[in-house]
Amino acid sequence: MAFITANWNPLGEAFYRKTELYEMCWNLRDGLRDSLVAAAPYGGPIALLREPLRRSPSSRPQLEIYSASGVSIASFPWKSGPVVQLGWTVSDELLCIQEDGSVLIYDLFGSFKRHFSMGQEVMHSQVLEAKVFHSPYGTGVAIVTASSRFTLATNIDDLKLRRLPEVPGLQGKPTSWVVLSQDRQTKVLMSNGPELYILDNTSCTAVVPPGLGPQAGSIVHMAVSFSYKYLSLFTDTGHLWTGLSNLQDKLSEVDTKKTTPPKQMVWCRRPRSQQPSVVLMWDRLLMVVGVSQDTIQFPLEDPCVLIGELDGVRIISSANQELLQEVPLVCQDIFKIASMAPGALLLEAHREYQKSSQKADEYLREIKEQSMLGEAVRQCVEAAGHEYDSNTQKSLLRAASFGKCFLTDFSPDAFVSTCRELRVLNAVRERGVGLPLTHTQFKQLTLQVLIDRLVYRQFYPLAIEVCRYLKIPDYQGVSRVLKHWASCKVQQKDLSDEAIARAVCVKVGDSPGVSYSDIAAKAYECGRTELAIKLLDSEARSGEQVPLLLKMKKSQLALSKAVESGDTDLVYTVVTYLKNEMNRGDFFMTLRNQPVALSLYRQFCKLQEQETLKDLYNQDDDHQELANYYVTASYREKRLDSRLSLLQSAVDEYNKAKNEFSAKATEEEMRLLRIQRKLDEEKGAGLLGLSLQATIEALLALGLHKQAEQLYRDFRVPDKRFWWLKLKSLAEKEEWEELEKFSKSKKSPIGYLAFVEVCMKSNNKHEAKKYVSKVTPEQRVKAHLAVGDLEGAADAAIERKSDSELAAVLAKCPASDRQLVDRLNRAAATAAKK
Amino acid sequence: MTEKLRQLRKQPNMAHSARTDCPELPDFFLLKRLARDQLIYLLEQLPGKKDLFIEADLMSPLDRIANVSTLKQHEVDKLYKVEYKPIVSTSDQLCFLIRPRIQTVKWICDVANADKAAGRFRRYKIIFTPQKFYACDAVLEEQGIIGDVTTDEWSFYLLPLDDDIISLELPEFFRDNFLAGDQRWVRTAGSALHLLHSLYGPFSKVYGIGRCSKMAYESWREQVEEGEQKARQAEIGKVFLIDRDVDFVTPLCSQVVYEGLVDDIFKIKCACVEFGPDVTSSDKSIKVMLNSQDRVFNEIRNEHFSNVFGFLSQKARNLQTSYDKRRGMDIKQMKTFVSEELKGLKQEHRLLSLHIGACESIMKKKTKQDFQELLKTEHSLLEGFEIRESISYIEEHINRQVSMIESLRLLCLLSITENGLLPKDYRSLKAQYLQSYGVDHLLTFANLRQLGLLVEQQPGETLTVMESKVGKLVNDRTAGKLSDAFSSLAKKSNFRALSRKLNLVPKSDEEYDLRVPRDMAYIFSGAYVPLSCKLIEQVLERDGWTGLEEVTRLLNGHEFAVTGSTGADSKAKNDAQRIILVMFLGGCTFSEISALRFLGRERGCKFIVVTTAITNSSRLIEALLDNIV
Repeated sequence: MAFITANWNPLGEAFYRKTELYEMCWNLRDGLRDSLVAAAPYGGPIALLREPLRRSPSSRPQLEIYSASGVSIASFPWKSGPVVQLGWTVSDELLCIQEDGSVLIYDLFGSFKRHFSMGQEVMHSQVLEAKVFHSPYGTGVAIVTASSRFTLATNIDDLKLRRLPEVPGLQGKPTSWVVLSQDRQTKVLMSNGPELYILDNTSCTAVVPPGLGPQAGSIVHMAVSFSYKYLSLFTDTGHLWTGLSNLQDKLSEVDTKKTTPPKQMVWCRRPRSQQPSVVLMWDRLLMVVGVSQDTIQFPLEDPCVLIGELDGVRIISSANQELLQEVPLVCQDIFKIASMAPGALLLEAHREYQKSSQKADEYLREIKEQSMLGEAVRQCVEAAGHEYDSNTQKSLLRAASFGKCFLTDFSPDAFVSTCRELRVLNAVRERGVGLPLTHTQFKQLTLQVLIDRLVYRQFYPLAIEVCRYLKIPDYQGVSRVLKHWASCKVQQKDLSDEAIARAVCVKVGDSPGVSYSDIAAKAYECGRTELAIKLLDSEARSGEQVPLLLKMKKSQLALSKAVESGDTDLVYTVVTYLKNEMNRGDFFMTLRNQPVALSLYRQFCKLQEQETLKDLYNQDDDHQELANYYVTASYREKRLDSRLSLLQSAVDEYNKAKNEFSAKATEEEMRLLRIQRKLDEEKGAGLLGLSLQATIEALLALGLHKQAEQLYRDFRVPDKRFWWLKLKSLAEKEEWEELEKFSKSKKSPIGYLAFVEVCMKSNNKHEAKKYVSKVTPEQRVKAHLAVGDLEGAADAAIERKSDSELAAVLAKCPASDRQLVDRLNRAAATAAKK
Repeated sequence: MTEKLRQLRKQPNMAHSARTDCPELPDFFLLKRLARDQLIYLLEQLPGKKDLFIEADLMSPLDRIANVSTLKQHEVDKLYKVEYKPIVSTSDQLCFLIRPRIQTVKWICDVANADKAAGRFRRYKIIFTPQKFYACDAVLEEQGIIGDVTTDEWSFYLLPLDDDIISLELPEFFRDNFLAGDQRWVRTAGSALHLLHSLYGPFSKVYGIGRCSKMAYESWREQVEEGEQKARQAEIGKVFLIDRDVDFVTPLCSQVVYEGLVDDIFKIKCACVEFGPDVTSSDKSIKVMLNSQDRVFNEIRNEHFSNVFGFLSQKARNLQTSYDKRRGMDIKQMKTFVSEELKGLKQEHRLLSLHIGACESIMKKKTKQDFQELLKTEHSLLEGFEIRESISYIEEHINRQVSMIESLRLLCLLSITENGLLPKDYRSLKAQYLQSYGVDHLLTFANLRQLGLLVEQQPGETLTVMESKVGKLVNDRTAGKLSDAFSSLAKKSNFRALSRKLNLVPKSDEEYDLRVPRDMAYIFSGAYVPLSCKLIEQVLERDGWTGLEEVTRLLNGHEFAVTGSTGADSKAKNDAQRIILVMFLGGCTFSEISALRFLGRERGCKFIVVTTAITNSSRLIEALLDNIV
């Protein structure tokens, strides 16, 4: 533990340390010499193109992609044109910017994705230099051409090329330039000899950095910090100017005593930096220059590449990779020699405790006396996050855990989450995975993105472990990983459909949020239709299967799945699709096997396409429905002849359907219609369209008794009905004599109580009484009551000795009629005795 | 005043043996709030003044959610009813609030196309409620105006009509689903259930019977699985789903409980009834809200009609006493009386006189001889006695053209209770009906036959063949879900057997005191326990369908009972377990609601009725008419 500070180098107030991340796994024959190298920040992959400008077709340069730890991911000969610059996008895609201005995009595994061009103008003049930059808007590309013009694209996923204004007096490429992203604007800062210009969309402005005297010479190199906030300029006299990138303020100016421009210059800062610095690299020297004029110098043996990170600089050489960073304040506090910070004391206390020494208590007491124990624990936890070595992490965390025991109300959240996150970080830092993320970077990157990156690199088991370990909800975690895994799995050409389907189903199972239809869609995209169908079978929600099935032209299957889903809109979508795809016959046949779809379509046709409905029934030989259809149609028809012909069609269909009853009823209707027309024409009766009963009623009302009787006979109207009709009609017209004659014409099939009641309805008591005597004995009481003849009713009731009838009469009796009441009561009593 | 009311409730003849431990019902006001907020949001999506066209049958439900002034506040200029005619609006923005019906969408297309022809530019927005169907888009596209309109969905699934009644207000559900075999509303029902579940769940137990219930249940489960689940205290414990076609007998019977009677005679619309001049004894009609807020109504709604008048006159006397109290009061007492009691008394007075008026009007219509005979016929049909007399009664009914709907209702009741009509009767009754009301009713009869409401008795063999055919189809997983069209052919009513098994028709020789109801049969004068409610009672009692195998077989199956995922929670003996939500797919009647209220009082639980619409015999039959297109 004592050696922790061994690699610390003081720089002003702060310390810088250089930690080895990896011994590189790669075996580069020529080191990094003569190669284009691009490494992505956040521990991203490294791309290497050897001798990019060698143009002999016989020996093509090799493009190699490695993980940050140097594990080879892809390697292939470069067959395209000469490459000026390599770069990585924020989503780990490789950009290869060619001399002719076209930009080729490859994925991490070296497969070509797409390409775009930096504009027509470039075709004629070559790209001299290019830079790839990252901003909140995504990944951008900037180029400068042989005609000394700059072109910018701020986001390559939403390509908008901007050609920047001409720079006065610029011939060929500028001495040096950088891309700045400020105030939501992307600008280029460039130097040409002693002049410095800012180029934005519309203008080219000459600027002078504050405090940089003319004696400092012309600017030959410049660098902007990770956050675009700071700028450093290196002049040909060896002066290094640092300041804000908006050129408002100067931080410092240092004379490096080096007159050759550095090969690379990178800002080295961290959030809440005490002593930001610029790292300059020459052939054999690495110099860290702080704003406080101090420098640290490291000798270099191999050619190296510097990668600016959020909180430091990664230095990649052919042999190893190191991280140069400012030692975080909290680590300084704890590990600085003779530090009395609470964290340092706690670490010491724990160390003594492990040795079972009573000194532990002394240290603890010292911290407690200053009531700094909470602070001490916090320091240890925080410092652990910043340490790269797992033993150091452990000892710090153990100390924190030890200190925590003496605190009662200390929230363990920070401790727990740091433990968890460190475990994940240590796992992804493994050289096999090769993501050398610091804790600060991890926090900035977010866990989601980390998992995405693991998935993208196809570390599925690790990704799942991470999700489970960090208890990420399945939806965002395990399921998402499985989905990607499955999409990748279905592309494996060497496995059979059967094997892949099985493997996918076993792994994915019922994980929530994994859509089999998405996986199947992927399989179909890769041309594996059979596999897609197999996978779709596992999709629980049948609705999800439908769109893909339609796309694969499995329309029958799609229809039955849609029906199964219970979503009628989906069924309807498929039906519409089928309607347009198939010929009518096949379409109807398909529907026939799917009653749900059929009834849905029928409903639609009923309102929208009557004719189609007819065809549908015809196809099905559904004579019953067809006949019903004709009947319906007949009622929409105004003209009688067409109506009759439609009804005739209905009759034919009813006959075919062996529905004799309906056929006959329809025939009768036709007959009735014809008679009605005739009567309308002859008598102007206005009968057309009335029902049989209404017709007879109307005829009777008009006094056309003969015609009414004719209908009565022709249509075999039941006697009862006719009698009722005639009775009501005569009573309404108050033709009492006619009524009496009618009543005597033969024995009434409806009895005579009806006569009594109808007469009473017309308020003719006199006529009503005429029929009371004719009423059958069973109804006589009712008849008497109906005409209001209580005495008669009582007599009848007593005669019939019926309880209920006696009661009914009694109920109507006014209490005042004592005599009658008594008589009835007596009769009731006798009746009851029996 | 309240003391007085409490005393009134204690009156022996009124208060059923209510248990005092009934749990509190959840508050459904939230549903209204949600619907209103969403509507306002949707209206604001079309900024500026606009005219609003509302589908006719959405007027009343909308009125319960947002009144005119609320709409005006959100820049609705004029309100129109959709009338399928050219419009007269001068506004530049038209908003249509409609059901997803093709006919209405077509009309909107006509409006838009007419504007186009006249060179007039307007903005159109269609708000579909509760959801949009693909067919609507298809029509918009076909008519070439899909680019000119914006569409939205107002997911107004549930309208609370009362403390314990929630309606989907979808009367067409019945015909579309059961007659046309069009299942598009099933998902709507599932969504409605989902909404209730997410607000008042989780449900610990779900029972159901009927094909549609099962599909609605599955649709709901799907939606539950797709969405996120939040653990919360359940307010509704159990759910019972039932298809209307499980029990057609109950809605076909004449209603004799006050609320049902009022619905049969005056037609209650969205818990609101319009009493005509004959009731109000003045020359104008009055609209009255009928719900538990109306204290007079609340006490008589579930009563058999024969008790109601007596109760009301008693009430009137009590009221008089309350008024009389002011005699002999000093100034101070009088002041308190006027400020505290008088308003309540006045209100009660008004309601009382309305209900007395309604009663009189009902008495005029319903205590006449023919109504008694009608009831008698219904009862003998239910009992299965004196069938020939009933048939001739129906015949006379048809011949005398008493009522087109009533005759059909009786025919259906006859067919269901008798398991189909003899071919001879079937033909002659049908022929007579056609003579009375026109041959176009052939289509109506076709519909009734398809639903199994009015059928010819089949020789036994034919049916078995049919059933085995259907059985084969049902084995196939897909066909199981969709052989609706076939199953209707095999639909047997089996009412008689069910009635015996479940003891639906009490012995007729026993006296039934309607003032002190023994069982749910009181809602039909003691003649019949509604099948739907009896099933609910039995299943709740047995906590499932065990022991009812024979019954479910007779009902054509599709029963289910599922225990919710929150197993631990269900064991907790909390009040929610005694709140039972009953969902009727295809409508339910007020009589059924009264029966369930009675059951709830007996069992110390509370029922919440969710229905696609409130129905009664005439609405049921009217939905199946096909004489006019």
